[in-house]
Amino acid sequence: MLVFAVVVVAAAYVNVGYARTGTIPPDTASYAAALGVLFLIAHLAVRFLAPYADPVLLPLVALLNGLGLVLIHRLDLAEADRARQAGRAVPRSDAPLQLVWTAIGVALFIATLLVVRDHRRLQRFTYTAMAAGIVLLLIPAVLPGRFSEVNGARIWIRVGGLSFQPGEAAKILLIIFFAGYFVAKRDLLSLMSRRVVGLDVPRGRDLGPVVVAWLASVAVLVVERDLGTSLLFFGIFVAMLYVATRKVSWVAIGALLFAGGAYLAYHLFGHVRDRVDVWLHPFRYASTTGYQLLQGLFGLANGGVFGTGLGQGRPDIVPFAKSDFITATIGEELGLAGLMAVLVIFLLISARGLRAGLGVRDDFGRLLATGLAFGFALQVFVVVGGVTRMIPLTGLTLPFLSYGGSSLVANWVLIALLLRISSAARQPALSLPVSGAGTAPLPPQRQAQPR
Amino acid sequence: MSAADRTPMGTPMGTPLRKVAVAVLIGFLLLLVNVNYVQVVQAKSLKNDPHNGRVLVQQFARPRGPIVVGGTSVARSVKTADALKYLRVYPDGERYAAVTGFYSFIYGATGLERAENSLLSGTDDRLALRRLSALLTGREPQGGAVVLTLDPKAQKAAVEGLGGRRGAVVALDPGTGAILAMASSPSYDPNPLSTHNGPSIRAAYQKLLADPDAPLLNRAISSTYPPGSLFKVVTAAAALSSGRYTPQTRVPAPTTLDLPQTTKSLGNFGGESCGDGRTDTIAHALQISCNTAFAGLGLSLGARTMAAQAAAFGLGKGYSVPLPVAPSVYPKNADPPSTAQAAIGQFDVRITPLQAAMIVAAVANHGTLMAPYLIQAVKAPDLSTLVVAKPHKLGTPVTPQVADQLTAMMQLVVERGTGRAAQIPGIAVAGKTGTAQHATGEPPHAWFGGFAPADSPKVAVAVLVEDGGGAGSDATGGRIAAPIARSVMEAVLDG
Repeated sequence: MLVFAVVVVAAAYVNVGYARTGTIPPDTASYAAALGVLFLIAHLAVRFLAPYADPVLLPLVALLNGLGLVLIHRLDLAEADRARQAGRAVPRSDAPLQLVWTAIGVALFIATLLVVRDHRRLQRFTYTAMAAGIVLLLIPAVLPGRFSEVNGARIWIRVGGLSFQPGEAAKILLIIFFAGYFVAKRDLLSLMSRRVVGLDVPRGRDLGPVVVAWLASVAVLVVERDLGTSLLFFGIFVAMLYVATRKVSWVAIGALLFAGGAYLAYHLFGHVRDRVDVWLHPFRYASTTGYQLLQGLFGLANGGVFGTGLGQGRPDIVPFAKSDFITATIGEELGLAGLMAVLVIFLLISARGLRAGLGVRDDFGRLLATGLAFGFALQVFVVVGGVTRMIPLTGLTLPFLSYGGSSLVANWVLIALLLRISSAARQPALSLPVSGAGTAPLPPQRQAQPR
Repeated sequence: MSAADRTPMGTPMGTPLRKVAVAVLIGFLLLLVNVNYVQVVQAKSLKNDPHNGRVLVQQFARPRGPIVVGGTSVARSVKTADALKYLRVYPDGERYAAVTGFYSFIYGATGLERAENSLLSGTDDRLALRRLSALLTGREPQGGAVVLTLDPKAQKAAVEGLGGRRGAVVALDPGTGAILAMASSPSYDPNPLSTHNGPSIRAAYQKLLADPDAPLLNRAISSTYPPGSLFKVVTAAAALSSGRYTPQTRVPAPTTLDLPQTTKSLGNFGGESCGDGRTDTIAHALQISCNTAFAGLGLSLGARTMAAQAAAFGLGKGYSVPLPVAPSVYPKNADPPSTAQAAIGQFDVRITPLQAAMIVAAVANHGTLMAPYLIQAVKAPDLSTLVVAKPHKLGTPVTPQVADQLTAMMQLVVERGTGRAAQIPGIAVAGKTGTAQHATGEPPHAWFGGFAPADSPKVAVAVLVEDGGGAGSDATGGRIAAPIARSVMEAVLDG
């Protein structure tokens, strides 16, 4: 499967080159070899360090990562063309840098598997993770704007020519914290005192943590002006809380808080209102705030069912086509068919992650897998939903596809953790006969016997 | 939490985790449905959105079909060496600009370039089969050709007749509704707007926008004007259709008519009297364009009858020829003084030159109003005909008897009345002049609407010259507009 992934990526690369110049790019073999070696190392690392890990995850991720590289390379070429036509200097290509980030991502992926030999050890770092996560999350908020602000969102740390989005790392750290915290406090959070309209409602003072999480996400929204991150964290939090406590009322409370927060944000903050207005009436803002969304939609429409073919569309018309709007690039050049395939790959990765959570025996691992896999899925949902105008647009990267080092590296680490948990889940010595496991993403729960 | 809630493994999270998994699945299903919606259902409207520049870039990259008049292309694409591959050229640009419009990658397309864009660019569904075969054989897909109803000679006569003065001419084949001439003046050259050089396109466009004479405006279909006395044809039609009047009925025709409910009065052009100074026949009143007689007729017919007759001639509706035609207006619920004014084409009556042509064409066509159209045929790139225009009836505003009475009256207008300048030797011409006041201190608009030959009409024409073409306050439809109408009718009849 990994070979298949590399072959697909190499074919896509050839396709881009052929469509644009009519020849097969001479460096195809070396690029394919570099990627192949990189993913082979990752594969071997998994074989040795997490031998029972889900065999599907890594090839899926490799395919996405490779496809992302090809798309970024394709957009590099378009940008270079435009610069040449306009007589400007050709901007730096982003694809080679993204390849370096891929290598770093794979390195950290292996490092994670090496260091975290047993995911349960992470539970010990519950509060360390919290502290580190919050610090990372809030650094851009306290930094002066010139170090943290890019295109209106203060979610960066910029030093010299390098920039880093700490939110991506904070996401994983906070999921670890949530998992540890909920396992410890689960019983307390499950206490429900009253029933109101069919829902168990927790005692007032036990509402504390969810309120704190809500406030934190609102703080992110207000200070960093980042709708996406705010929504992502709150969603992950509520989902994990629900899984930990089995109480639907937490979901209801979370939804209520979210609705209230969203309502307030809409009325209090111009940038939130802008996003919603553009979502509702993109044509009214066609040449201003709605330009990007509309151009993305035009790209998608241009792609139609089968797409224009790689290298034959004009995805470079869309601002931020390499990062937030790479969905539009996929939809335009690979068409509905390609975009749906990519979405299914994301679904498979999320499902495999949740499956690892179902299979693993310890609560911490289960919660951790839930958080990581759900967060991954939610991020895809928010980005793709935003670009396709299903929900208001928020600035998030599409995991493994979008240009951006911090996102790429963080997601490699995320996958490493999921693999670690799945390895524990599928370890035969501790588990029951694994018959036919891995065929369906969500098989019915096996009847297990107490050990 | 009861023990029964727990799974055998002692982990109570299995069930909610499954629900989370279901939620994730639902989320992805929503995404999948939504991308289908955007890329398939919405795709067409998104592609045709005027904000969508990328489609234009693509369309430039393939040959666009020609717009053909009388066997020659008035708009065609020629291959270029630059990035946009094909350049749109208009060999007789100014003459046909009102019809063709321009095709600019900055300002989009106008005129037929816009209205027939999908066909010219080759994306029209009628060309789907040929697109497919082009795809399979590896040929470049091409746009289809649009063949117009315009008569090159009539168009030339219309443009030259207007001579750059602000105004418009529309000529119709009364039997079919085919548009034989459509000119708006002053015109512009679409070529500079259709080049591939951004700065020069912008400069040309800004210059046209800044021109006080508004050359980009298609006066024939996009502007409405008070029709003045030309509208007496409609009032006469209403009177004759009511059955209470014949052309020889004598109606009050005082030198001035006191308008009811007001202190104002209405007089005749130049303060003249009509007939014997007290009454006049309807036929003679039309011949000399007597205001008081027709204002009085309007009053006695009433607002409702007048509005119904105006609507029957097509006022109040927009048309697509397929250029969009602005609806002409007859005032709703007019009070008596306004009805009197409206009956002579003043007050809030406003019509497009095309509507004026439709009124006289309906009279010429024995009372049957045909839908106007510009496109005679649509052809595939291989020149096989895809569609041929089928004329269709819009209605019958007057009976054949009334139409014939009106024709006879309008013949008198040209023979001995205000429209003598429209006479063509050896051919009976019917027509009506109009001199429309539109603003105090401004010279009136000059109108003429007519058709020829009167006994078997081949062409109906309406001419408007704004502000009388600068001929001063004594400019009249008869002096300014009628000669243009005559040369257009001659051009059609000669060919």
